[in-house]
Amino acid sequence: MHTNQKLVIAGREFNSRLFLGTGKFDSNELMEKAIIASGTEMVTVAMKRIDLDNKDDDMLQHIKHPGIQLLPNTSGVRDAKEAVFAAQMAREAFGTNWLKLEIHPDPRYLLPDSVETLKATEELVKLGFIVLPYCQADPVLCKHLEEAGAATVMPLGAPIGTNMGLKTKEFLRIIIEQSNVPVIVDAGIGAPSHAAEAMEMGASACLVNTAVAIAEDPEAMAIAFKKAVEAGRTAYEAGLGTQSINFEAQASSPLTDFLM
Amino acid sequence: MFSDELRKIDWDKTTEKIYSSTDADVRRALSKDKCDVDDFMALISPAAEPYLETMARLSRKYTLKRFGKTMSMFIPLYLTNSCTNSCVYCGFHVSNKMKRTILKPEEIENEYKAIKKLAPFENLLIVTGENPVAAGVDYLAKALDMAKPYFSNLKIEVMPLKAEEYAELVRHGLNGVICFQETYHEKNYKVYHPKGMKSNFEWRLNGFDRMGQAGVHSIGMGVLIGLEEWRTDVTMMAYHLRYLQKTYWKTKYSVNFPRMRPAENGGFQPNVIMSDKQLAQLTFAMRIFDHDVDISYSTRENASFRDHMATLGVTTMSAESKTDPGGYYTYPQSLEQFHVSDERTAAEVEKALKKLGVEPVWKDWDQSFDHKSA
Repeated sequence: MHTNQKLVIAGREFNSRLFLGTGKFDSNELMEKAIIASGTEMVTVAMKRIDLDNKDDDMLQHIKHPGIQLLPNTSGVRDAKEAVFAAQMAREAFGTNWLKLEIHPDPRYLLPDSVETLKATEELVKLGFIVLPYCQADPVLCKHLEEAGAATVMPLGAPIGTNMGLKTKEFLRIIIEQSNVPVIVDAGIGAPSHAAEAMEMGASACLVNTAVAIAEDPEAMAIAFKKAVEAGRTAYEAGLGTQSINFEAQASSPLTDFLM
Repeated sequence: MFSDELRKIDWDKTTEKIYSSTDADVRRALSKDKCDVDDFMALISPAAEPYLETMARLSRKYTLKRFGKTMSMFIPLYLTNSCTNSCVYCGFHVSNKMKRTILKPEEIENEYKAIKKLAPFENLLIVTGENPVAAGVDYLAKALDMAKPYFSNLKIEVMPLKAEEYAELVRHGLNGVICFQETYHEKNYKVYHPKGMKSNFEWRLNGFDRMGQAGVHSIGMGVLIGLEEWRTDVTMMAYHLRYLQKTYWKTKYSVNFPRMRPAENGGFQPNVIMSDKQLAQLTFAMRIFDHDVDISYSTRENASFRDHMATLGVTTMSAESKTDPGGYYTYPQSLEQFHVSDERTAAEVEKALKKLGVEPVWKDWDQSFDHKSA
């Protein structure tokens, strides 16, 4: 059967289906410990947090590890034009064409701008970027992003940083069902149980940041998420059993008597 | 292209998997909100037979939720029985000594008018044999143009075309294409379709991709029950359906399970016979597998069976069909492609459906939706 399927994005294999964000930690040391403990192989970093001219930037030094794919994100940009410019800066500075595209013109809820995100994805793919767009849990938008050449889609479970869990569950379900590219649930995952739930539904991976960063013990919380993501994935691949009872013993067969 | 996907699926292993489905596999499938192809295999397997009533209930529930108490009505019109293929089971086989007809424009128009007198049909299915020279894309385009004043939704069931040919017909008002793969068993496909364009398995198989690429709104699929192990064949179709839904996500899909009867058309004897009970099981399984797909029954099925299934999963039906060219007006006595079992008039079918609490829907599309901005 289909157990232990590796996650593949743009031809690269990942052993871990947990992606980690690097904001909100109280020190770069703690962040590094959490990264290592989580077993993640994909770490996103806001390019606005990094001193792009300084090769020895402290935060970056704590993120860079062999086997970890650095995923610069454009957090802070407000439209496609800014995103394309920022992406080119990031490619130069980080030496990678992988990009987490984030466009949120709204500073309160940091909700992704669907129109600009699609525009920027089209453009960036043409420029040779491997684009992982953060987006609304909008199944039609996700198909458009896929057609534009996005390497994954990263729909939100709930607004960033809210730890509210999978508020968009029914839409995520449709996105997962329809997608030809990996679906990474991003934003809103506030507890390991949320991550497990997303993975049980068939999400390809989860991106977690706030829940780990603001935990009393980020390193331990990273381990908890690692286990939750693995458990959820294994359950998905093993074929989840009965969730609802759609059937009961039937004494008579009124609908199918005509076939007897 | 789907041929790349199909190559990864082993026919024999799939058959074995279906037949080794257990009671637990069936119960798991029945308990899920969304089934995958593995679940579908369990639901069509012999292990699911004790659950037929449960499956009927679920199928009815999902059908009601998605389609309500309605039945979409259509009527086929055969424009020609001229065909260059030699499908061993078909009445229009190239070497059958029979009168071949290609309807002329004025005859086509008469057929349209005659159909409109039967019932308020708005969904028309134009059918031809495969004769690209005498009844090719230009001929079809003309027939579509002529149909527009009479019908609001136009589908074709003809030979597989090139993507640009489908696109051309879409510009002439084409809304949907129906094409039966007949069987997904590549090796034996050649035995049933030894000559003519149709002998090219891959061309037919990837025709569905070409329809999707051309932006055809609605795609109808089917396997001919009676050629190969039907459970394996419909499983391949389930894979195909999922692939198409993911790839051409703006398209609407329908499925058909035309079954051959013993000694139909005189010569060819079907290799497998599917019972009513099995067809019902398959229909329920398809609905549980896919809540949204249109399930279409033609008049190959008899009146009583169609009426029973009308509330249990079927969502599209033809009525008063003639399966010979010009059968409604021009040549009412010519040779049919296959024998029609439900011989009721459209008005009688309508009455029967209404009695069951099902509303026949004749019109569910408008040509104004087809106007493309230049």
